[in-house]
Amino acid sequence: MRYPPMLGPATAGARAGTDAAEDERTSQSRGSWLLALALSLVLVLGLSITTPAAAQEAAPNDDVAAMTLLEALDVDSFPAKGDAIDAIVHSDDPRARDWLQALLDGRLQRAGDGRFVVVLDNTGRDWPVQDALSGEPLGQMSRRELDRIGINNALRNQLRSAIAVVDLYAADVGLRRASAERLLGEVDGDLAGPLAEVIEEEPDARVRGRLVQALAIYRLEQGELEAIDDLQGSLHSRVRVALNRATNGDDPIVADAAREALNGIEQMLKVNRAAETLYFGLSLGSVLVLAAIGLAITFGVMGVINMAHGELIMLGAYTTWAMQQLLPGQPGLALILAIPAGFMVAALAGIAIERGVIQFLKGRPLETLLATFGISLILQQLVRTGISPLNRTVITPEWMSGSIAVNDALSLTLNRMYVLGFALVVFAALMLIMRRTRLGLEVRAVTQNRAMARSMGIRATRVDILTFALGSGVAGLAGVALSQLTNVGPNLGQNYIIDSFMVVVFGGVGNLWGTLVAGLSLGVINQVLEPWAGAVMAKIIVLVFIILFIQKRPRGLFPQKGRAAEG
Amino acid sequence: MNASRRIMPFPFRSTTLALMAAVSLASASQALAEEGPIKVGILHSLSGTMAISESTLKDTVEMLIAQQNEQGGLLGRQLEAVVVDPASNWPLFAERARELLEQHQVDVVFGNWTSVSRKAVLPVFEELNGLLFYPVQYEGEESSENVFYTGAAPNQQAIPAVDYLINEMGIERFALLGTDYVYPRTTNRILEAYLKEEHGVADDDIMINYTPFGHSDWQNIVAEVRRFGSEGKPTAVVSTINGDANVPFYRELGNQGVDAGDIPVIAFSVGEQELTGVDTAPLVGHLAAWNYFMSVDTDANYDFIDAWIEWTGDEEAVTNDPMEAHYIGFNMWAEAVRKAGTTDPDAIKDAIIGVVVPNLSGSYAAMMPNHHITKPVLIGEIQDNGQFDIVWQTPSTVAGDAWSDYLPGSRDLMADWQAPMRCGNFNVATGRCGGSTAAEEAEAALAE
Repeated sequence: MRYPPMLGPATAGARAGTDAAEDERTSQSRGSWLLALALSLVLVLGLSITTPAAAQEAAPNDDVAAMTLLEALDVDSFPAKGDAIDAIVHSDDPRARDWLQALLDGRLQRAGDGRFVVVLDNTGRDWPVQDALSGEPLGQMSRRELDRIGINNALRNQLRSAIAVVDLYAADVGLRRASAERLLGEVDGDLAGPLAEVIEEEPDARVRGRLVQALAIYRLEQGELEAIDDLQGSLHSRVRVALNRATNGDDPIVADAAREALNGIEQMLKVNRAAETLYFGLSLGSVLVLAAIGLAITFGVMGVINMAHGELIMLGAYTTWAMQQLLPGQPGLALILAIPAGFMVAALAGIAIERGVIQFLKGRPLETLLATFGISLILQQLVRTGISPLNRTVITPEWMSGSIAVNDALSLTLNRMYVLGFALVVFAALMLIMRRTRLGLEVRAVTQNRAMARSMGIRATRVDILTFALGSGVAGLAGVALSQLTNVGPNLGQNYIIDSFMVVVFGGVGNLWGTLVAGLSLGVINQVLEPWAGAVMAKIIVLVFIILFIQKRPRGLFPQKGRAAEG
Repeated sequence: MNASRRIMPFPFRSTTLALMAAVSLASASQALAEEGPIKVGILHSLSGTMAISESTLKDTVEMLIAQQNEQGGLLGRQLEAVVVDPASNWPLFAERARELLEQHQVDVVFGNWTSVSRKAVLPVFEELNGLLFYPVQYEGEESSENVFYTGAAPNQQAIPAVDYLINEMGIERFALLGTDYVYPRTTNRILEAYLKEEHGVADDDIMINYTPFGHSDWQNIVAEVRRFGSEGKPTAVVSTINGDANVPFYRELGNQGVDAGDIPVIAFSVGEQELTGVDTAPLVGHLAAWNYFMSVDTDANYDFIDAWIEWTGDEEAVTNDPMEAHYIGFNMWAEAVRKAGTTDPDAIKDAIIGVVVPNLSGSYAAMMPNHHITKPVLIGEIQDNGQFDIVWQTPSTVAGDAWSDYLPGSRDLMADWQAPMRCGNFNVATGRCGGSTAAEEAEAALAE
């Protein structure tokens, strides 16, 4: 069930019921409430919808009335359903909040015997249900027996607003916040009065601020000049819409004031937009860095052109998927465990490739390129036939979805922020390994002068294997991160192989810092270009830029210096 | 002119004969030449990028063949599938098509997904007089004697979809987002002309953006759409984004908090199968326009789904629009074979026009003289279980229009493959067949 936990029928329902009763006539009226009134009268309840106390006593037991309310929903026409929703909003039934929520979630359904049920879980073919009236569980029902009460976007908006009005009085501050967000730009004459009272009593500053803005938008629509003071400096798009409308209003004084307020807002927006583009660029850059950094080791340091690098990334992504399959219901834990697992899987695959193919082709780049290209096709088709040609669903854990709102105009998406952080951590770890460990020292020695290193007692073959495993493992890590951003499918690797080579070459072969700087800067350049050049053109421009750059500086941004480079 | 070689030894079996009573002919044909199984070619990519979409269609046709065989086959003969893999490689499609028609001598082919691949096999089918059933929604501007278009033409998907946005949702601004290739570009050209001509939408209120195949970084574009939609007018996104790129696109929409209540996205290439890779909870309420949804509430559909789940052995298997198109196409072909009493392509071409078979959504599909079929248009909203909830549908079925009324070059063209016209691009204005070079013009314009 998708209820937030605090919305159990016992707590929120009861409260919502009383408050809804007080508030009912003000929320959703407009003609349809006449219908609601008529309906209530027909029901011969002997109680008036204007007296909450009476409603409280009678409503819980009155299933006949409730049934009539719900039956009105089971019609084909969406406008008629809208009226039926109004009727429910105006009823005194304490279960109204739950029904509305179930209807909003598409879980209010009608069984073959005419009973209304709430579906608790609508995956698979048989769904557990409970009675909408009594709340009793009714076991499993086949989807063939159930008719869903369908809604569309208009009704969804109506339901959200109706629930938001009820939630204004909720005890839970989170609900009130959501409610206040929802009501921005939705306040009408009926709501304005009660809203002013709610603002007086609202303890939470954030909710209060939002509600003041919501009310100010309404006041501005009524032509109140002072309302603009409350909207000054707000970056919320609904506020901008309201101010924009006001600039075209009849009253020139209000229009001028609105224009002035808008100008101020536009200035702030520009700063925000620049910050947003920078964030987009860094996040795209971090993806490039992650994809390329493994290659920076195998290609950059070892000089092996590994066309199967993309498929090693893919293996990492599939490991994430496999972990989530092994640990159902714990996508977050699975993702964390996938980090070492993805590294290991890709590293082992890397070792197999190195031992099986690459070691025999040392010093023959063209053959290596072709052979590894073949491996990449084999790996892709293995996944296609062995697992499925279809993309796999990798679930994004709760704590990685959504975004952090810096302000109303700028919010940073969380999944990308994690990936950015992850890329930096991986980079730092690699730097440590290369600079501070025995392995790193040996790798550098072997790549600079293989014969000399061997004569110093370094086992070059072992170093080759470990280096290739390290580069491959890092590719696996990239796959784990990418599974949160893009498709996990057999083609995943192909999309990143070109970009990876581009970043490594641009940054300077053999230089990890170069890869970092190149990846991040290419990301930013791409995102700066994209809004005015379009995604296709931006990509082309970046490629042309790199080609020209390589003409000028064939060794990339950070060329290797010294005799080793001339090698 | 290129009548099949295979009927040469039996010149007497003409169209008139074919139209005679099926029973006598069925036995006659069995006795005469066409012994052994009827061969059904399947030309869908099983590897490469398109395998994600096409491999399930191969399974669908195989299932339909198995079902037909359980009922005793056709004309007393069993059906046999001949599967080839064009590997998402457009030139290879043409080679494989030739292999099917020449080497395997198949009687009919079900296949293709992308428009490029269809264009690649078209000359082969015309040269060897094969029959191709093409199951995917496409950009129109084409009608071949040898191809039966069982997917939607633009007037069966795109145009009703924007009508829905305008009439039912009061949308005034449109962001047309698409992948950079022929289908989205043609569709968007038609939509742009349609919105301006028929609904008076201003230039400023249409935003067009193309992205490469498999685009995965949607941050900027989604942010731009958000800004485009925050200027006061109700805004919607019309998406012809293809295949894989949809998953990161929808994910970005969810993460940036673009809610269907604020800016709905209506997609023409996103079906149940594309959504299997996505957590749909943040996408509830976004729309798609198709001629079939898995959630269609009819017994025929539930039977189809059950059969499909049993066939694939996967409880989670989904059905989608192109699968229904194959279901319709296969039944139409079978019906035409029964009607003609033979599998001869020329006889089928005559017999199939006017054939009516039930579709999965409770109405009927009829093969029109332009080789397109009648389809209902459904608008569905994405639900949190990856399914679509149907919120609107056309009151009756819509006949597919091969040549769009909203493109200057194709406005006067029509297709009619019945005698005596037998023309795929008849120009009503000049009264000549092939009177316009619209198709070439359109292609030239796109190539720019």
